[in-house]
Amino acid sequence: MFIRHETLEKNAFYLLVAALVTVAIGGLVEIVPQFFIENTIEKVKGVRPYSPLELAGRNIYIREGCYLCHSQQIRALRDEVERYGHYSLAAESMYDHPFQWGSKRIGPDLARVGGKYSNDWHYAHLRNPQSVVPESLMPRYAFLEETPLSYERIAEDLRTNRAVGVPYTDEDIANARADLEAQADANANHDALLKRYPKAVIVPAIGHTITEMDALIAYLQVLGTMVNFADTSEEQLQR
Amino acid sequence: MPTKIEKDTISGRETTGHEWDGIRELNTPLPKWWVYVFYATIVWAIGMFLLYPSIPFVHSYFHGLLGYSSRADAMAGVSEMNALHAKQMEQIGKLSFAEIQKNHDLMEVALTAGRITFADNCQPCHGPNGEGRIGFPALDTDVWRWGGTLEAIQQTITHGIRANDPETRNSQMPSFGADGILKPEQIQQVADYVMTLYGKAKPGVDVSAGAKIFAENCAMCHGDKGQGNRDVGAPPLASRVHLYGDSRETVVAQVTRPRHGVMPNWNKRLSPATIKAVTLYVHSLGGGE
Repeated sequence: MFIRHETLEKNAFYLLVAALVTVAIGGLVEIVPQFFIENTIEKVKGVRPYSPLELAGRNIYIREGCYLCHSQQIRALRDEVERYGHYSLAAESMYDHPFQWGSKRIGPDLARVGGKYSNDWHYAHLRNPQSVVPESLMPRYAFLEETPLSYERIAEDLRTNRAVGVPYTDEDIANARADLEAQADANANHDALLKRYPKAVIVPAIGHTITEMDALIAYLQVLGTMVNFADTSEEQLQR
Repeated sequence: MPTKIEKDTISGRETTGHEWDGIRELNTPLPKWWVYVFYATIVWAIGMFLLYPSIPFVHSYFHGLLGYSSRADAMAGVSEMNALHAKQMEQIGKLSFAEIQKNHDLMEVALTAGRITFADNCQPCHGPNGEGRIGFPALDTDVWRWGGTLEAIQQTITHGIRANDPETRNSQMPSFGADGILKPEQIQQVADYVMTLYGKAKPGVDVSAGAKIFAENCAMCHGDKGQGNRDVGAPPLASRVHLYGDSRETVVAQVTRPRHGVMPNWNKRLSPATIKAVTLYVHSLGGGE
């Protein structure tokens, strides 16, 4: 040995450096290659940044701690694919900061809940989950419907996401407020919104004020719907 | 570094060679079997490294000699399971409903597949036995909005109601109150009349004005006796089965600003054969025509 290990053991500074180097090797081998290996994030079409209303809903999702009971990660296991649909792709959460994969399933996985139920069902279910699923132990979120959505800073929210790598354009940011209001109004013109954010689900605000529940449902309704698996080659995903 | 390995005179064993202020320690090596098992795990790890995806390169990684992929494995499992009933499901997809119903074995597969698919996809709205929820229609009665024949049910499941599908079933009740078609007092009168249709009217209330408003505004879709019209999805009103409830407030609210329920189109999520299986199952719940 070119270093006597007495030297390491008797000198706190050397020991610290040596321990750091040893631990860093694990990080280098396990984490760094993810940034360079080409198929870490699958190249699939359709994944887009969240629309402003969906992003606002996502913030409610995080604030209420939904991830504590609901995962958003369908594992590549037969029974999960059977129940929830196609296994989740890394590409599907590449614009999530932070991701909502979760680690607990007190409630069902939500990675592909978008479009599975009607908006009405989500309203009824969030107000009082037991009214539609009697055996459910989910708490009531009726207050979300009484809380107006605070979205005066939505453009800043988009800009912050852009700072960490979500490809929002200047145009997206300039129209954030208008897009948010259009998605929450069934009678508005949705062409611009749907051009920027295809497959966005219009969530008519009940009454006139956009509530937190509207935003949350817009977010839930887009989960897992962005990738069109019919056009995706399964072999390319299988690495 | 061990410097002075000595032989202990009492036990006859060697010391570790370390000395702290005159205190020395006997060398007690790990049991041989333990050490060899440890070496074996290292050899085992090398084997696993070679067989399974392991070592990262710059733009790719070593895929392993077995070419294993957990994703391919899961999808193979799904295909294997589908293959178990592939023949029956293929026949269910091909044959007409009448032909399936004649074949006992096919019916068994169809009803089981239908029940499982129903539990996963339909139960959250329609209830575990299709008993319905407020705002979500019951499927176990003979009161149907769009029809209870096998073909009608299949159409509804495939394309949905007011769903995002070009062939979806669509109808829109006018907002009689919100759009000012009827005055508030007229809505109250028509509500009194509608309640007589399902036998919940208060005795002694004069409904002649309501009946007239009903005939002029509602009968076109809901029928002159409130029997409903399946061509436009107008629910029968002369029925004890109610979508939103039978209270007076509910009727007034629905006439003022109707709620328009949505059922998703399932053709994007379920295969045509699975939809047929669910159709047969829903048809068997009690209300099938």
